[in-house]
Amino acid sequence: MASDINRLGLDVKWQDISLGCTIVGSGTSESFKTGEWRTDTPKFIVEKCKQCLLCAPACPDSAIPVKNGKRGEFDLDHCKGCGICEKACPFHAIEMLKGVR
Amino acid sequence: MAIKERLSGNEAVAIAMRQINPDVMPAYPITPSTEIPQYFTTFVANGQVDTEFVPVESEHSAMSACIGSEAAGARTITATSSCGLALMWEVLNVAASDRLPICLALVNRALSGPININCDHSDAMGARNTGWIQLFAENNQEAYDNMVQAYRIAEHKDVMLPIMVCQDGFITSHAVENITLLEDELVKNFVGEYEPEHYLLKDGESLHYGPYAVTNYVMEARRAQMQGLRNAKQVTLDVAKEFAALSGREYGLFEEYRLDDADYAMVIIGSAAGTAKDAVDELREKGIKAGILKIRLFRPFPAEEIAEALKNVKYLAIMDRTEDFETNCGPLGSEVKAALYNKNLHPAALNYCYGLGGRDVTVESLTSVFEDLMEVEKTGELGEVYRYLSVRE
Repeated sequence: MASDINRLGLDVKWQDISLGCTIVGSGTSESFKTGEWRTDTPKFIVEKCKQCLLCAPACPDSAIPVKNGKRGEFDLDHCKGCGICEKACPFHAIEMLKGVR
Repeated sequence: MAIKERLSGNEAVAIAMRQINPDVMPAYPITPSTEIPQYFTTFVANGQVDTEFVPVESEHSAMSACIGSEAAGARTITATSSCGLALMWEVLNVAASDRLPICLALVNRALSGPININCDHSDAMGARNTGWIQLFAENNQEAYDNMVQAYRIAEHKDVMLPIMVCQDGFITSHAVENITLLEDELVKNFVGEYEPEHYLLKDGESLHYGPYAVTNYVMEARRAQMQGLRNAKQVTLDVAKEFAALSGREYGLFEEYRLDDADYAMVIIGSAAGTAKDAVDELREKGIKAGILKIRLFRPFPAEEIAEALKNVKYLAIMDRTEDFETNCGPLGSEVKAALYNKNLHPAALNYCYGLGGRDVTVESLTSVFEDLMEVEKTGELGEVYRYLSVRE
């Protein structure tokens, strides 16, 4: 495919880059690891979590996966470490740790 | 059978657009726009074209709508002039970087200020580095012929860039001259259907235009875009060859007029080239070897070819119909000089700013430029290398 996401790899040469940087296909942002931008890292304290799920919709990067009505571990490939989830959690089940982990 | 007509440049370009029958035309319908959208909307109202006309609230919006429409897969056209083009500036760059072969019919008129509505090239020259292909015309025939060829250049797979088809305000756009038109069917077949490989409305495919490019991509994207523009040179020649077979009218990257054995040459763009040819004819009658190089394709700039065409010229005048405030040259002056420098050619070269805001350009005034070159020859002194023609002082 002329403009598929493989033509926007990090080491793409100018001869191979997709025309006008167009992206063919959907959901391709998943392969862009924005977690690399993080300076602080959230810790999920599972024993304090009541599964109220207030954290998941507060996350701007959809980095808190929810399955069968329960949240799981952070998606650290995409979490940018903003800390909004820590503030959204009424049960102190999320703690922001300094640094990339 | 070719159709003999007498038309203004605006009418001629509007007729070419009717024959092309583009899918969408977003345009700002009032000042500083031209008669081109006015004539074209008549064709829309009369059902002579299938085009969706989108009246927008500004030229910035017109070009933005062009980008959306072209990205959707529709062959898209617009028209503007002067400050209208200036208001598009931000989005002109986006159209080019998104590699969308939009066509824009430009009538060259002065940018403010001082406020003026007449002919000069400050609008097109202000947009010369936005990544668009730029074709210029000497008269209504060339404006029409360039419009017919425009999409074939822009939509070529090696190019995929927007194209600006320029003609001189009033001098060409409003003066009625004889013209030979092609039959509708011939133009339709020559231009063909627009069949992009990817487009937003393509069934079964998701596509994203204009993503944010982090630092890692911008240089590669620009390099690729520059290559597309470079490729437009050969494509322009190839399309011109096909067009000549169809129309009998031949075009190149530029026109050489009595340049073969010329000692004194003038490089010029647009309608004033016609006046310059008359000046050259008079000089030739006196045995003075004068010639003209008239630019047709300004972007991409055909530097190597121009240097080759000027390699035997001893005295050169480069004519800029804009004041871009470089202070030591105009845009054409700097381009031509750079082209010569790269080929180690050093004719004595004067650069002139002329014809601003509709200032008359006459056989006499252009003859005086050749006389200046002869004065340089006589005295061996270049004097001021960046000069104003016909300025009161």
